[in-house]
Amino acid sequence: MTAVTADTTPKRGADHHRRAAGPPRSTTRGRTILLAFAAYVIAMLFVLPYAEMVITALRPPRELNRPGYLPQHWNFSNFTTIWKTGFGGNLGASLKIAAGATVLVLLVSLPAGYYTARRRFRGRTLFLLLVLATQMFQPAAMLVGIQREFISFKLPSPVFSLILVNAGFNLAFAVWILNAYFSSIPAELEEAAMVDGTSRLGAMWRITFPLALPGIVTALIFTFIGAWNEFIVALTLTLGVSNTQTPLTVAINSYIGQYSVDWGHLFAGAVIATLPVIVLFAIIEKHVVSGLTAGSIK
Amino acid sequence: MTDQLTGGSSTGAVDSPAPSRPSDNAPAGAAGPSGRTGPLARRIGQSLSPLLWVGPAVALIAVVVLWPVVVMVHTSIQHISPDGFVLGSAGGGNYGDLFSEPALKGVLIRTVIWTVAVVVVTMVLSLAAAQLFNQRFPGRRVARWALIMPWAASVMMTALIFRWSLNASSGVINVFLRDVGLLHRLGTNQADWLGRPTAALVWMMGVAVFVSLPFSTYALLAGLQTIPAELYEAARVDGAGTWRIYRSITLPLLRPAIIVATLINVINVFNSFPIIWEMTRGGPGYSTSTTTPFMFILKQSYIGESAAMSVLNFGLVIVVVLLFLRLTRWKEQMG
Repeated sequence: MTAVTADTTPKRGADHHRRAAGPPRSTTRGRTILLAFAAYVIAMLFVLPYAEMVITALRPPRELNRPGYLPQHWNFSNFTTIWKTGFGGNLGASLKIAAGATVLVLLVSLPAGYYTARRRFRGRTLFLLLVLATQMFQPAAMLVGIQREFISFKLPSPVFSLILVNAGFNLAFAVWILNAYFSSIPAELEEAAMVDGTSRLGAMWRITFPLALPGIVTALIFTFIGAWNEFIVALTLTLGVSNTQTPLTVAINSYIGQYSVDWGHLFAGAVIATLPVIVLFAIIEKHVVSGLTAGSIK
Repeated sequence: MTDQLTGGSSTGAVDSPAPSRPSDNAPAGAAGPSGRTGPLARRIGQSLSPLLWVGPAVALIAVVVLWPVVVMVHTSIQHISPDGFVLGSAGGGNYGDLFSEPALKGVLIRTVIWTVAVVVVTMVLSLAAAQLFNQRFPGRRVARWALIMPWAASVMMTALIFRWSLNASSGVINVFLRDVGLLHRLGTNQADWLGRPTAALVWMMGVAVFVSLPFSTYALLAGLQTIPAELYEAARVDGAGTWRIYRSITLPLLRPAIIVATLINVINVFNSFPIIWEMTRGGPGYSTSTTTPFMFILKQSYIGESAAMSVLNFGLVIVVVLLFLRLTRWKEQMG
């Protein structure tokens, strides 16, 4: 079973067998209904908090302190207000940081993942161990070091620092997943192309990369989401930056005052920040299992 | 899964010369017009080419992940003013300050309880969830999409949603608890969950479990995929019951996935910051702080001491990880 095709096939075999030799059909059917019901209930529990986020964002300000599951009136004023007060700038900052980090991770992890999958070289194991070890390093735990290092770099904007930091901390996963995907694609395919006169790089570009596309896309979306959602380093490195230039996570926190919280505007911002990543994640959902399978084997 | 491993090494063994680019590595004279290189130049090219492919990744890790550790350790022995000026060496002074901090003991104990409780509950629940979501039923796709939401959304947002939902006078969780009769009246002390340290910690652990579940469940789902269906068939032919099959086949074969998921959870939960920060700011006082919020609060006025705390935290994480790997006999498991 390769990383690329890891799907639910073995399970299907098991099911088929059970149906053939197992209890009569009606019991199976009842069991399926029960399972589905349990799964839907759990799914509901997972969605409800985010539904509450949307509901609160759509509550008119004067209904905020009126207890009740749903507002009596719905309105979009929270969204229009935050947009007028410069939320677009925050969205732009987050986009720049997440896109920048994703491009940087792509440029760095593609060659590393490919090379470690195709060749044994001195230091290969050491390199893969180093990549694995970075999993133990969490930005939250080394904030003092990151802050002092990046202040001393004197980069023109915290956007550059945040691109670097997010790329660095998301690199490990990208390298592992790419390494696993590339390993699962037979080198013979490239060699066949090379016999036909394609260069090694050409074969890599035209044969291997397209085949590894699900892995590449998964790694990229993971990086994008990680950078988009990052909070503590952004909070630290954007101290003193104008409110309209901070990334979304920091901007949303600016609605939290010392004594009161502006929940309506906060959740309007949170909805804008959360929707795109949920959609992105849903796109790669079916590759996540195979990605993790590949990652955990190595 | 094993043929993937061997597949990897066999493809690597097919060793045509490294993609040496004569123009890059060899002196111009050595590269003939046909692009062929001499043996020495080729050997240099071969030993340099890993650097070309893997070097950028190493550089990025070194600058972003490793160097801050060095800076952190260095900062922990410096005397630094709150606005960041280095006033000189502090020797072990920062560590002295840290260890005489009355809150430290409580913070460390809470961190241990927090980590163990959250990881254990997460793993038990995700074992069940993985089993459930691995079954075939109509709408599984959609149900799985729901499951990933806390993974996709920023942990900070999820924490804020729960803080709002626990609002004493109008939070939806309290409204619900009142409607089912568990809460007498909104706006009371009983409804102010986050104002009482113990209740706040329990709720925050719940949120930590909630945001850790999707990853763990998916890691275990991935593990379930690697168990060959024939094993289940054979066991069933031998007359084994569902529970017996689960204990004798599923659990042992799921071990690598359980170990990896637990390990990653331990590291993440130990260093967890946004949940506690957004829900209680670690307070009142430090009464709901674990190491990361504690470190963050210290950083605002005592940078050196905060760095010392970071070093301590870092040491603890490494000890915990090594201990865990030892206990689970990781090496034997992974070959």
